[in-house]
Amino acid sequence: MATETIEFREPSARVNLASFAAQPAAPAAPSPPAEDLQELHGEKLVLNMGPSHPSTHGVLRIVLEMDGEIITKATPDVGYLHRGDEKIAENMTYTQFIPYTDRLDYLAPLANNVAYALAVEKLMGIERQLPPRCQHIRVICCELARISAHLLGLGAYAMDVGALTVFMLTFTEREKIYNLCESLTGARFTTSYTRIGGLMRDTPPGWCDAVRKFCDEVAVNFDEVEKLLTRNPIFVGRTKDVGIISRADAIDFGLSGPNLRGSGVEHDVRKAHPYLVYDQLEFDVPVGSVGDCYDRYLVRMEEMRQSVRLLRQCLDRIPGGADNKSGEPVNVDDGKLVLPPKQKVMTGMEELIHQFILVTQGVNAPPGEVYFGAENPKGELGFYINSRGGGTPHRLKIRAPSFVNLSILPHLLPGHMVSDVVSILGSIDFVMGECDR
Amino acid sequence: MPALEFANQLRAKFRELVSAPAEFRGEVTLTLADAGRIAEVCEFAKKSLGFDYLLDISSVDNYGDDPRWTVVYELYGIAHGCHLRLKTNLSEEKGELPTVTSVWRTADWHEREIFDMMGICFRGHPDLRRILMWEGYPYFPLRKDFPLAGKPSEMPDVAFTKKAPLEGGPFVTLPGGKDTITREPRVRVPEN
Repeated sequence: MATETIEFREPSARVNLASFAAQPAAPAAPSPPAEDLQELHGEKLVLNMGPSHPSTHGVLRIVLEMDGEIITKATPDVGYLHRGDEKIAENMTYTQFIPYTDRLDYLAPLANNVAYALAVEKLMGIERQLPPRCQHIRVICCELARISAHLLGLGAYAMDVGALTVFMLTFTEREKIYNLCESLTGARFTTSYTRIGGLMRDTPPGWCDAVRKFCDEVAVNFDEVEKLLTRNPIFVGRTKDVGIISRADAIDFGLSGPNLRGSGVEHDVRKAHPYLVYDQLEFDVPVGSVGDCYDRYLVRMEEMRQSVRLLRQCLDRIPGGADNKSGEPVNVDDGKLVLPPKQKVMTGMEELIHQFILVTQGVNAPPGEVYFGAENPKGELGFYINSRGGGTPHRLKIRAPSFVNLSILPHLLPGHMVSDVVSILGSIDFVMGECDR
Repeated sequence: MPALEFANQLRAKFRELVSAPAEFRGEVTLTLADAGRIAEVCEFAKKSLGFDYLLDISSVDNYGDDPRWTVVYELYGIAHGCHLRLKTNLSEEKGELPTVTSVWRTADWHEREIFDMMGICFRGHPDLRRILMWEGYPYFPLRKDFPLAGKPSEMPDVAFTKKAPLEGGPFVTLPGGKDTITREPRVRVPEN
């Protein structure tokens, strides 16, 4: 029997898959009583996990086929949260789609807003014209979103493997990020902050100082979380050498973000193809060495520290200073792209025309096609826009990192135990709003 | 520009199968004349040109034009950091092209999604099932002739709608309308 070859003292016991393949299927007919026990040993049990299960972080369903406690086959079933975002995008202007991007990776809406705006701006060919203040604010948004998403990912992950306290700690900090979002955008959750060619508005007075204060506080929080997890024997036992993704597999399955870097691939879109002002900022890209759940945890932990580093640099460098005393613009200076200030609409003829055209027809995009990928907390969020000119995309495809990251599960899960599934799912850190679109 | 060099190498190898590279916003796009050879070209791009990372596969419905479908492959090489787009068209009658799952395993779910949303088949795909919609759903929702409001479908026990989800609803926009007057969300009387 295959089960006899397993070394159970290792939590990560992986069995030789070939032995499963060679094993004949259990006969359905009742067998003589003498052989009963033997036959029961080989019988496969099908276990349905999700779509409503605390560790699936949303509505992911996995059908697990098991031999005892060892998984022999895993079939993920996604789509429970499918809303047809791509279809919706084809039926509205580019600007109207911004609120829908909030609901992709709903743990980091600001980062989605920025990625989408940059994709449309690439199509328009104006990404180099963005004012520096706008670019700095966008980087701050992205990094705040990264910290927020990773804090939730870590808190929920720790809770899944039995450490409840971490969740309380990280959620205290997330609450502060939500407060920052609220004062910046007016909404805590569905931010819709970016516009094509700029931002909804400049930072409110005192906001930059609040971010700076947050940076100091969250750094302390990271230390506390690390103290609770990094050398915690239970956490290490549940994650180390579990769910190893080799470097070649990570690339072949198109993983991105911390999952790719956890497997030792030094690829970060912010470094490889810098957008915004990332090329002027100093930060390190952490990579793992083994590719197990523990490595992915460490990568996320370090990424948050790097995000704080980026935030501090941006706050120091932001043109116009914290409260924009010198009146630096945050929008591209082009009436055909960005809505004019409201007070001018009713007094200026040109502004009125621009307002009318932009609201009714949207920005006039050239025909063509672009792909833009941004390094989001979950991985590379890409937008493929196929335009035939005018204010609506002919086709907008969203490359959702969570969708791609989850596609490795049928390859990764077999050979692990049921308890490891919880650990692996938490370390992949997906969000179904983005996966199902 | 390195992406252009890779494009030229592909052209040198496959000659008239691959079109001249088109550049737009710093991205290089190649169009394949024969969709049936996409797997072969991808294999070469991966093995010889180092495009080991498949970013995405998208599909476009050119409704009203012939050929109707365009399948778009976004290739990337982790080592050289170059992005290349491969495109191929196929007609509605054919509606089938070879899978690239043997080249990149990540193509598995992308192809399933295209099959689910557009109804394009991938020959040789190991597990071509619907992925986002439920098993047995009769339509392909991303096609241009599928209305935004949805279509009624009858699937007892799974999903059962007598009316389409948004039929006649207040927030239905019409696809393809050139101006907001035709596209604006409003109550619409269902046709027929």
